[in-house]
Amino acid sequence: MTAPGPAPDAAAIPLIEARGVTRILSGAVETTLVSDVSLSIGAGEFVAVTGPSGSGKSSLLYLLGLLDLPTAGEVLIRGRPTHAMDEAERAATRLATLGFVFQFHFLLPEFSALGNVMIPMRKLGRLDARAMRERAALLLEQLGLGGHLDKLPEQLSGGQRQRVAMARALANDPPVILADEPTGSLDTRSSAQVRDILARLVAEQGRTVVAVTHDLTFAEAMRRRIHLVDGRIVSDEFSPAAAGPQAGLNQVAQTQAATS
Amino acid sequence: MIRLLFDIAYTHIAGRLRQTVVSIVGVMLGVGFSIAMAALMQGSQDDFVTQLIDALPHVSVSDETRQPPRQPALDRFDAVEMFGLKPDDDRRGIRNPTEVLALLKALVPGRIAPALTGQAVARYGGGDVGLAVAGIEPAAEKRVSRIAKDMREGSLDTLAADPNGIVIGDGVARKLGAGLGDQITVSTSRGILKRLKIVGLFHTGVTTQDDGTGYVGLKAAQILFERPNAINQIKIRLDEVGQARAVAARIEREIGYKSLSWEEANQSLLEAFKIRNIIMFTVVGAILLVAGFGIYNIVSTIVHEKARDIAILKSLGFAEADMRHIFLIEGLMIGVLGSAAGWALGFGLTELLGSIRFELKGGLTEVTHLPVARDPLHYLIAAVFALGSAGVAGFLPARKAAKVKPVDIIRGAT
Ligand SMILES: Nc1ncnc2c1ncn2[C@@H]1O[C@H](COP(=O)(O)OP(=O)(O)O)[C@@H](O)[C@H]1O
Ligand SMILES: [Mg+2]
Repeated sequence: MTAPGPAPDAAAIPLIEARGVTRILSGAVETTLVSDVSLSIGAGEFVAVTGPSGSGKSSLLYLLGLLDLPTAGEVLIRGRPTHAMDEAERAATRLATLGFVFQFHFLLPEFSALGNVMIPMRKLGRLDARAMRERAALLLEQLGLGGHLDKLPEQLSGGQRQRVAMARALANDPPVILADEPTGSLDTRSSAQVRDILARLVAEQGRTVVAVTHDLTFAEAMRRRIHLVDGRIVSDEFSPAAAGPQAGLNQVAQTQAATS
Repeated sequence: MIRLLFDIAYTHIAGRLRQTVVSIVGVMLGVGFSIAMAALMQGSQDDFVTQLIDALPHVSVSDETRQPPRQPALDRFDAVEMFGLKPDDDRRGIRNPTEVLALLKALVPGRIAPALTGQAVARYGGGDVGLAVAGIEPAAEKRVSRIAKDMREGSLDTLAADPNGIVIGDGVARKLGAGLGDQITVSTSRGILKRLKIVGLFHTGVTTQDDGTGYVGLKAAQILFERPNAINQIKIRLDEVGQARAVAARIEREIGYKSLSWEEANQSLLEAFKIRNIIMFTVVGAILLVAGFGIYNIVSTIVHEKARDIAILKSLGFAEADMRHIFLIEGLMIGVLGSAAGWALGFGLTELLGSIRFELKGGLTEVTHLPVARDPLHYLIAAVFALGSAGVAGFLPARKAAKVKPVDIIRGAT
């Protein structure tokens, strides 16, 4: 990106970029999950992905998170094309750069809350054992789980499990959190907590959060909303209240996508 | 990182404790029994070979050559074709025995005894028995063979002093109906006839020897076979039995006569042992293969059961190789635990077998133990086999785990 204007800084390179991404499932009948999606998400953005059930929201999130590979087009993470990466490199990128939160918590049942949060750290191996333990405990405390460090997932409530999963997603301090209906199976109170945490990740820590959601009030609260229908982006808009540098950046990307 | 993979692998197999224990027991039985079996097989083989080495000369030089005698024409011309050749009627025997014996004494680290052997018939009363007669020097013979120890009656030494004495196997004596002190008649195919007095009886336990061999003094044999000063066999007992092959080859190079190491002389027997070992390894392999199926079964079940965990680990940033390692470790953990337990079992079984007493009836009753060989190599081989089969059994499902597509699972679970 050599756009004129202020000197290009880190923020000028989008964290995640999709260029003409299409995902077709081949089989007896071909199913198009995602069709020709181009978008660009910069640092510090808070993005809602909305759309009817079966419109390809999850599929798009998997593609952006390198869990699935596009049939056509490409996904770039921090300007790096990922289609040429091998499987191990994509895994390494997920480990350090991306944090996932799903509707289901997917905690390992044999590990305590603390143990689950430490798994990505131990895999990355950047900290020593004590530092890992401290960081994991801190993350869990910040998410209101200070008293549950040694509990097994089965000893926690649904909302608590989801917050442990969020702490695990944050374990390696990734700049991006990808959440797929993170409140989908939670009660109202736990949903509110999770929404609040995601908002704070953006507002206080400057992380990028992309969240698939059906929850309209939640989507309203987010600066940018991408609406999908049948695997295509039908609108990509910003809340006026949230218009800012990120929006400007995104508009550049949008015009690029439109002209290409 | 590797600790983490171990921790995850451990939670998986600990979560299926009963099945895991069954698999471990499978490996344990395979390893334990193969160790005990190897100890028994190796033990009996060692025992047999020891007896063989004890009873037979380590190297024996005969008057044969491996190639037909070289004809003068071969030296004269480049290409020679010979028809209807009749070589000299060479009265076989080792030529220049005194020189050859002197040479061997200098060459060979061990003891040497010359002999002249031939076929004869022994008669006593009405019966006659074919007899392989060996003319020996008793003092030298004693130092290369067990014969002196196998004497039951009389003594071998008498042969040195008494040119008309003979020592025969107890089987020969039984067949002839003769006993110590009796005069028997020994005749050769050339018509020589000699009356000899039985001065000793031996029993080696080897039927062909006990039922068909006789010893006389070397001089007496030379007269009996009309071959003054001749010998046709040299028996050698080495200080180091392991050198037999090398020594035999060197003697053959130096003096030209066929010289057989005990290994070569008993090649077919040693090959039979080899076949026995192959059968043993096949059985052990089969046991461990079955154990391998057990491991395969449990690891596949875990891969299936833990698909969701595999998917989430991959989404967290674990690579395919990590997933492979986790399940390979699970297979190997069972293999290692099974091998360790199998070592203990094998040790126990070996000691148990070694302590069993039983009675052997062979002429006289002996009480003896089963021969068992305690060799760390057996433990090593069994463990290598077990870990190999555990590795393969873990690797196959591990590969499947690596190929799990997280998206399929995550989509299905939400
Ligand atoms: N493995 C699959 N086989 C067939 N169809 C699939 C498969 N996975 C997803 N789909 C279809 O693809 C479409 C997009 O799915 P998804 O991305 O999960 O939508 P969303 O998250 O918006 O509900 C849906 O119509 C779904 O039924
Ligand atoms: Mg979905």
